Amino acid sequence: MSIIKTSSTLSLSDRLGSIKVRWGIGRTIYMKEPGLYALGEPDENSPVIVTANYKLTFDIVRSKLVGFNLYILVLDTKGVNVWCAAGKGTFGTDELITRLKATHLSEVVAHRTLILPQLGAVGVAAHEIKKQTGFKVVFGPVRAEDLSTFLINEMNATPEMRQVRFPLRDRFVLIPVELVGFVLPTLLLALFLTGLSIFHHNGLYFDAHEAKIILRNTVLAYVGGVAITPICLPWIPFRSFSAKGALVGIVLVMLISAIMTPWLLIMTAISSFIAMNFTGSSTYTSLSGVQKEMRLAVPLQLAALVMGIVWFMALRLIG
Amino acid sequence: MQTTYLKNVSTLTLNVDKCIGCGMCVVVCPHNVFALQEKKATVLDLDRCMECGACQTNCVAEAIYVKKGVGCAAGIILGVVKGTEPTCGCSGGGCC
Ligand code: SF4
Ligand code: SF4
Repeated sequence: MSIIKTSSTLSLSDRLGSIKVRWGIGRTIYMKEPGLYALGEPDENSPVIVTANYKLTFDIVRSKLVGFNLYILVLDTKGVNVWCAAGKGTFGTDELITRLKATHLSEVVAHRTLILPQLGAVGVAAHEIKKQTGFKVVFGPVRAEDLSTFLINEMNATPEMRQVRFPLRDRFVLIPVELVGFVLPTLLLALFLTGLSIFHHNGLYFDAHEAKIILRNTVLAYVGGVAITPICLPWIPFRSFSAKGALVGIVLVMLISAIMTPWLLIMTAISSFIAMNFTGSSTYTSLSGVQKEMRLAVPLQLAALVMGIVWFMALRLIG
Repeated sequence: MQTTYLKNVSTLTLNVDKCIGCGMCVVVCPHNVFALQEKKATVLDLDRCMECGACQTNCVAEAIYVKKGVGCAAGIILGVVKGTEPTCGCSGGGCC
């Protein structure tokens, strides 16, 4: 198995590729060939960094290591990032052992140390690797940008480097995926409501002004769930995401002075439901927690939406 | 910013009798849930746990139990629809 050369410089197509992935454009999986890569001019004493074959991850890792000479061992995680892949088990003990054998790493380097991203610990059992291959696993920092400091500090990660945080910048880059994911359901709901709005107590007719209001309100609620709640996450009261989203929905309803209208229920339901889905992007929600939240929130969201639509219809049929 | 989610929901349990005090759980936990006190692991704050399972995977003494999973509403919905365990539905890698 050969060693593939790589560098810290990202090309224009690397950069464009990362923008496309962030926006969910093109469903092709963004993969890097698994194997052993040489960054700079590594020798038998150079460190070995293990990562996933999600190309975005690989690009971030190499671009943060300007001037280093080392090996990057890329595992076959089916083009999925470390966090997700470790959860699924593809960034795991078995794959690491397989890849160590396939690349003959023990013949390439003289030492027996591997540096893994800390989040890889979800899938990789360090003691198993040691037992089965003789390699010692050192869990490095959570974020790739701390890698160079970690290497310079003789592989010591500060507690800061080991903690997953969820700063504004991280929440921001996740918004496009949500924006794209919920745009179709939102527009379909707006279309459905517009369809209903042609029924009036004095006959059937289409009211363009009303259609505009429907579109504006649904889109506003969508923005509340998809962008406002994620961005303001730590500053909105309540722990549960659906409650945060509902609150944002209510505030938006107040802003458009629609508090005594069906929009109170409809917009709150939309914002709450979409915000609840941001649990998947967040870095601190647990399965048990989300299940608990959903048991209460989903029935309430459904009830609010249905009651809101009934109210919406009642107003126009009674006249 | 320390972010905590719902209170008292994590399935994490620590069997102090089995613990050999190696400190690995302290190292691998991304949310600073554990600390080592008098050569034994202790849980500092259960509510910070996101049930990722890293501590369980890396505890050589099998002193830790946690029902591992992803805290993702879409995954839970997908699980209900398909009749399976909650799964992370992403194929690309942008999510989670
Ligand atoms: S990893 Fe296990 S044995 Fe080691 S300190 Fe933690 S609980 Fe104890
Ligand atoms: S499951 Fe994950 S977050 Fe919870 S204590 Fe273990 S390592 Fe920490």
